[in-house]
Amino acid sequence: MQSRRASRAGASKHADKITKPSVFVDTHAAASNQEAKSLFAFKTDDDVRKVYLAGREYLNEQGQPYVSPFIGKIKRRMSSDQTLGSAHPSSFGLAEFNHRATEAVLGKKSSAIVENRVLGVQTVGFTGAVRLGAELLRHWYNGDAAWQGPVYLSSHCDDSLAGVFQAAGMPDVRQYRYWDAGRRGVCMDGLLEDLETAPERSVVVLSASAHPTGAELSREHWALIARLMMRRQLFPFMLLPVAGLCHGELERDAWPVQYCQSLGMELLCAQSFSHCFGLYGEHVGHLLCVLRQSSVLLAVRSQTERLINALWAQPPVGGARIVATVLSNPAHRAEWQEGVWHMAARCMLVRERLREKLRLLGTPGCWDHLTQQTGPYCCTGLNVEQVEYLSKRKHVYVLPNGCLNVSAVNSCNLDYVTEALHEALSAEPLS
Amino acid sequence: MSIFSEVPQAPPVAVFKLTADFREDSHPQKVNLGVGAYRTDECQPWVLPVVKKVERLIVEDSSLNHEYLPILGLPEFRSASSKVALGDDSPAIKENRVGAVQALGGTGALRIGGEFLRRWYNGTNNTATPIYVSAPTWENHNAVFADAGFKDIRPYHYWDGAKKGLDISGLLDDLEKAPEASVFVLHACAHNPTGTDPTQDEWKQIAEVMKRRNLFVFFDSAYQGFASGSLDKDAWAIRYFVSEGFELFVAQSFSKNFGLYNERVGNLTVVAKDNENLTRILSQMEKIVRTTWSNPPSQGARIVSKTLNCPELFAEWKGNVKTMADRVLLMRDQLKAKLQALGTPGTWDHITQQIGMFSFTGLNPKQVEYMIKEKHVYLMASGRINMCGLTSKNIDYVAQSIHDTVTSVQ
Repeated sequence: MQSRRASRAGASKHADKITKPSVFVDTHAAASNQEAKSLFAFKTDDDVRKVYLAGREYLNEQGQPYVSPFIGKIKRRMSSDQTLGSAHPSSFGLAEFNHRATEAVLGKKSSAIVENRVLGVQTVGFTGAVRLGAELLRHWYNGDAAWQGPVYLSSHCDDSLAGVFQAAGMPDVRQYRYWDAGRRGVCMDGLLEDLETAPERSVVVLSASAHPTGAELSREHWALIARLMMRRQLFPFMLLPVAGLCHGELERDAWPVQYCQSLGMELLCAQSFSHCFGLYGEHVGHLLCVLRQSSVLLAVRSQTERLINALWAQPPVGGARIVATVLSNPAHRAEWQEGVWHMAARCMLVRERLREKLRLLGTPGCWDHLTQQTGPYCCTGLNVEQVEYLSKRKHVYVLPNGCLNVSAVNSCNLDYVTEALHEALSAEPLS
Repeated sequence: MSIFSEVPQAPPVAVFKLTADFREDSHPQKVNLGVGAYRTDECQPWVLPVVKKVERLIVEDSSLNHEYLPILGLPEFRSASSKVALGDDSPAIKENRVGAVQALGGTGALRIGGEFLRRWYNGTNNTATPIYVSAPTWENHNAVFADAGFKDIRPYHYWDGAKKGLDISGLLDDLEKAPEASVFVLHACAHNPTGTDPTQDEWKQIAEVMKRRNLFVFFDSAYQGFASGSLDKDAWAIRYFVSEGFELFVAQSFSKNFGLYNERVGNLTVVAKDNENLTRILSQMEKIVRTTWSNPPSQGARIVSKTLNCPELFAEWKGNVKTMADRVLLMRDQLKAKLQALGTPGTWDHITQQIGMFSFTGLNPKQVEYMIKEKHVYLMASGRINMCGLTSKNIDYVAQSIHDTVTSVQ
């Protein structure tokens, strides 16, 4: 009796396995993104000369992600501190971190802070900050519970950015011109034209610093853009993905945000502390919301809390604690600041060396932009074929749009990289 | 004019408001039985000894790099976590059809799972698929699935107030009547807020209907180890469903059983039909993670991973979990005993029959208000108490307060 029942049960399970297909049989395999493909190609490349210049992290002279021994000291001290228990959980993260991060962007004397019309939120990294900001806009922009865009992103921006806005429910993502390949700088005419023709009330995502091409907007440019945006009621969403690494100081990198705020604009700003603290794994991000009136702060705060609760409930505390500790202590801050200056300075030095080498090699094209720009990211102007040549023939990997991370260049690979670039730019196209 | 001038104030999250009110209360005997976190007998949060030990090991380990984790998370964490839920000898793991996504706590795991189901389950981008959550359930379930894009979130019968137990016939009835392909969010153990779990027989009945009607199983497992003190016992329902051939998701949280509330350690375990399906599913999960938080944070996952993957540390952790579970069981026994000794009207067996951190006392909203205002004992309007808020020092006061409330207020 027992065995018959057992075999019947076994048979029905077996039948299930045959007759019932997976409920996910129609799930498509996701196409792997460019970055992943590029990284995979690099990892499986066994040429000893291979160089990866397409990463986002700041690398030191030894080709390693920046690890501050000073930060290591702080971490060890914190791990043995018995008083650091589980603090009262807050969806907004650590209050002291938010306070410091907000100050870092807007400046201590910002009228927005003084007038209590600023919301600062600790987020899960930079992506988390952009996502949260996107969710806030989608749910509450102009009182429209289902606002869907348009959202304008610059050309040559990070390819995952569009995905974040779309995931938040805004399918209408468009591009405005930014990088002028010919002039190797910002295409101001095109940018202004595109913003002029954007529908009123569109959201415009702007890099306050460290655009992937390295091209920066000057103060005059910002004045023009801000005036246009105010006239056409366009909403600025500012990005600070590597806060501090362009000009060596958080507040200096954030100047465009302070400027827009000083004009009375409402804005969102996403920033990441991963790079300037070497805290990549801990994913310390921040979303800033500057409002026109303090009277709406409580409502916006409460709705933001609601959104956070359905995304990640609270952000992880470890990294934010370190950042808060460092930024609130003048001695720590000074020591940390040295490290940030060093990183920014090293980026500038590498840029100088690259430019000089390319000049000496007689590489076609103009390379002034290398030293006119700041920070780790830079667009070489290489086209798709040249990028492919670079990876396949020379084992040097840059992003498909020709952008690269200058911090990944060091004294060991400088010669090889510049020669490879020279070759790619002078060679016949691959058949 | 602010572009946000039309934004209405969101209602406060009840449990946070309760804690805020508690903090403002200056009454010397005040007790907080609201928030869902473990507290020691001194009413303090408890950093597990094994966690402190592992944290030190990690800080001293200079070989650990500081780079971003992969998008899906720390591989050793993901596999060890899935094993904890499914069992070391799980056939599904052996058949290579189990995968996982490291997430920001249980909330993050639910959100990623929800986002995936909305995009790829029951058609593509089918926001109309009904999602069923228990009545009552953790208040955040609704928000997570709504924000993931689902338009139709419904309750299924669960708590029977009259008999102070599971409304199994109502539950089974809802399963029979639910549209095919509906998603049901099941609490793996230690149901929040009622503390009432189905028996093994009841789970078998639930599984039978769900299989027959092609309903999707999404387990929420936030309290593994906390319910009975045994990881394996607490995972019985999950493992049973897997053995019955279900494809399912398990949103795991390590906030409670590791005391890592602030590190946000969660894991979405995916049990697929076969490896081929699993691969496609994970590829889409990766896309979803990339647009949500890009990479998960490393600290908490390293702690859990190191603990689960080292036999000595794993044993120590199980001991720590049992310590917590035992204290809860002790408080349950004592509360019931004291209420019975006081001769408090009503039956109080449910206090010891219920499982996990929470207990649905059966106090009605008027009685709850009285408890808070007159006795300064804070609990949820639903009558839910957190057993961890009870200590040897306050249990007499709480028992007396319940007694006074039940006798004064109907």
